[in-house]
Amino acid sequence: MPGRTLFDKVWDEHVVGEPAPGVSLLYVDRHLLHDLSGARGLREVQERGLGVRNPALTFATPDHTVSSAPGRNDDTTPRSGQFVRDLRGMCRALGITLFDINDPAQGIVHVIGPELGLTLPGVLLVCGDSHTCTHGGLGALAFGIGSTEVAHVIATQTIRQKKPKRMRVNFEGAMAPGVAAKDLILHLIGRIGAAGGNGHAVEYAGAAIRRMPVEGRMTVCNLSIELGAKIGMVAPDDETYQYLAGRDFAPKGELWDAAVKHWRDLPGDADARFDKDITIDVNAIRPQVTWGTSPEHVVAVDERVPDPGTVSDPDRRKGMEAALDYMDLKPGQPMEGLKVDWVFIGSCTNSRLSDLRAAAAIAEGRKVAEGVHAWIVPGSQAVKRAAEAEGLHQVFRAAGFEWREPGCSMCVAANMEFVPPGMRSVSTSNRNFVGRQGPGARTHLASPAMAAAAAIAGSITDLRKLQG
Amino acid sequence: MEKFESLIALAAPLLRPNIDTDTIIPMELLLTVERKNLGPHALTPLRYAKDGTENPDFVLNRPGYRGARILIAGVNFGCGSSREPAVWALWAAGIRCVIAPSFGDIFFNNCFKNGMLPIVLPQSTVEDLAAAALPGSTFRVDLSTCVITTPAGRRVQFEVDPANREALLTGLDEIGMTLQQDATIAAFERNDRQRRPWIHL
Repeated sequence: MPGRTLFDKVWDEHVVGEPAPGVSLLYVDRHLLHDLSGARGLREVQERGLGVRNPALTFATPDHTVSSAPGRNDDTTPRSGQFVRDLRGMCRALGITLFDINDPAQGIVHVIGPELGLTLPGVLLVCGDSHTCTHGGLGALAFGIGSTEVAHVIATQTIRQKKPKRMRVNFEGAMAPGVAAKDLILHLIGRIGAAGGNGHAVEYAGAAIRRMPVEGRMTVCNLSIELGAKIGMVAPDDETYQYLAGRDFAPKGELWDAAVKHWRDLPGDADARFDKDITIDVNAIRPQVTWGTSPEHVVAVDERVPDPGTVSDPDRRKGMEAALDYMDLKPGQPMEGLKVDWVFIGSCTNSRLSDLRAAAAIAEGRKVAEGVHAWIVPGSQAVKRAAEAEGLHQVFRAAGFEWREPGCSMCVAANMEFVPPGMRSVSTSNRNFVGRQGPGARTHLASPAMAAAAAIAGSITDLRKLQG
Repeated sequence: MEKFESLIALAAPLLRPNIDTDTIIPMELLLTVERKNLGPHALTPLRYAKDGTENPDFVLNRPGYRGARILIAGVNFGCGSSREPAVWALWAAGIRCVIAPSFGDIFFNNCFKNGMLPIVLPQSTVEDLAAAALPGSTFRVDLSTCVITTPAGRRVQFEVDPANREALLTGLDEIGMTLQQDATIAAFERNDRQRRPWIHL
């Protein structure tokens, strides 16, 4: 029998049955709900006269619609009250643990799962949100699902899935100063395209991943969906166990020892086969920034806007032209120096403590350029507290950044926090789609340090010029 | 769920790669418009100009393509967010089948839960079909035989995974089916409590 990959091993552990040829019924270890779709899923199940099959494995938090304004409540954003109260009411009625709007554990689902120890190596975790792949950074098999699937999980604690193909990306070499986890994954998407991972579960491996702290691995896995793959994973190692030890919902004592023993068998066998195997030379990667309206529209910061005229496929060319028109850019224009109106540092991609530290290192002792609105939205209450304990909020405030409350905020603009039409934003989030940060908003994706540098310079800037 | 058996309808070519679910239904609209009313809002950024008037160049606004129920799309159609309202919006706009070289993985699954047929074919075949989709010409898509028939009578075979095909043909209720497996799920749990006790909180 050929060796199995990390993905295969975790998948196999969750197979309850095969309800149809080629379809597995998988056990769900952790189900996370949020305000945008959680209450709807719960209500749908309730209306069918069914219950939550395992409320103890289901957790909820409001993140999408909540305001990020300091001193916020349910109704700070007119829209959020309805969503938050709905989720609260359903969770209370059905016995589901809710980390409520100003609870000390509230935050973006994909930030709080790992930090509470709900996310563990080898768990199968789902959530009605495509960036659920983030949890793969700890070695979880985690993916986003639609609302019909959410209802199925609530009612049955299982999900029907067809096994995807396997792909491995080896990030070999060492990251140069100023280069972040975000740059590695953006570079990969630029290389193989936003469809490059369609139908695959991706495992990230190689020296650069092994040396990367867990928070960086989560950033890499987070953008798997922008690569076209709904699953991204990193094999767990001592770094992972160290990160998880002592977290609220992580096992303790003998149970912890048993779990670690189990987890040590999860990494793929040496002879495991992948349907696709790609190696990326990390040494050559420079800070990245997107220019268009797909994450694959990405270049290094010292490069120029590409010319659609050089692309032979007419549909791809038309797509690029439409992107340039929307972004108000010309082929050949340098990325550096593009004037910026908004900077957003946050989202499930880049709102963890290490992200805020990287941004603060650039902001320290400097000022946000005049006319630039710069926001820091920590990923969770815990991240916010930890950052404040280090004085990062003071660094940001002194530089002219707004220090705000945790949630998805301007990544998805579901809480009515928009980048205004026609304004240019540098954002640490995950999608530069048309209208993503608000109708007409022009988004450039980049790492936290790059975003901070853009805020300081008032334009897209190579952060390495600001590093001492 | 509504069944899908076969369809004779206009087909509209929309080959731009990476049409994401934010484009299919923007967040603002999915939050404020009821499911059944999403139709006029499907593909808003492509369909309307900034002033809200119809973009005359957009395929679904052109004579001979209005009312199309089949989309012939580019690579990675439906990439991005997991929002199921992307499928609902296309459905409400009359679309029942999308043919593309590849799909966003979550969108692809969501289609089968809502009576929408996504068909994967090689890029060159998709391009041929798009070229054959002249204004006013109808295609036939038959799920029982897995054949697309072009206006000129060319037959193109496609593959759909058997379980998904069955779900569409019968309008399957998956929750109901899985609930019948409850004893099997309970047995798995009992076993798993021994094997991975740290999972079961």
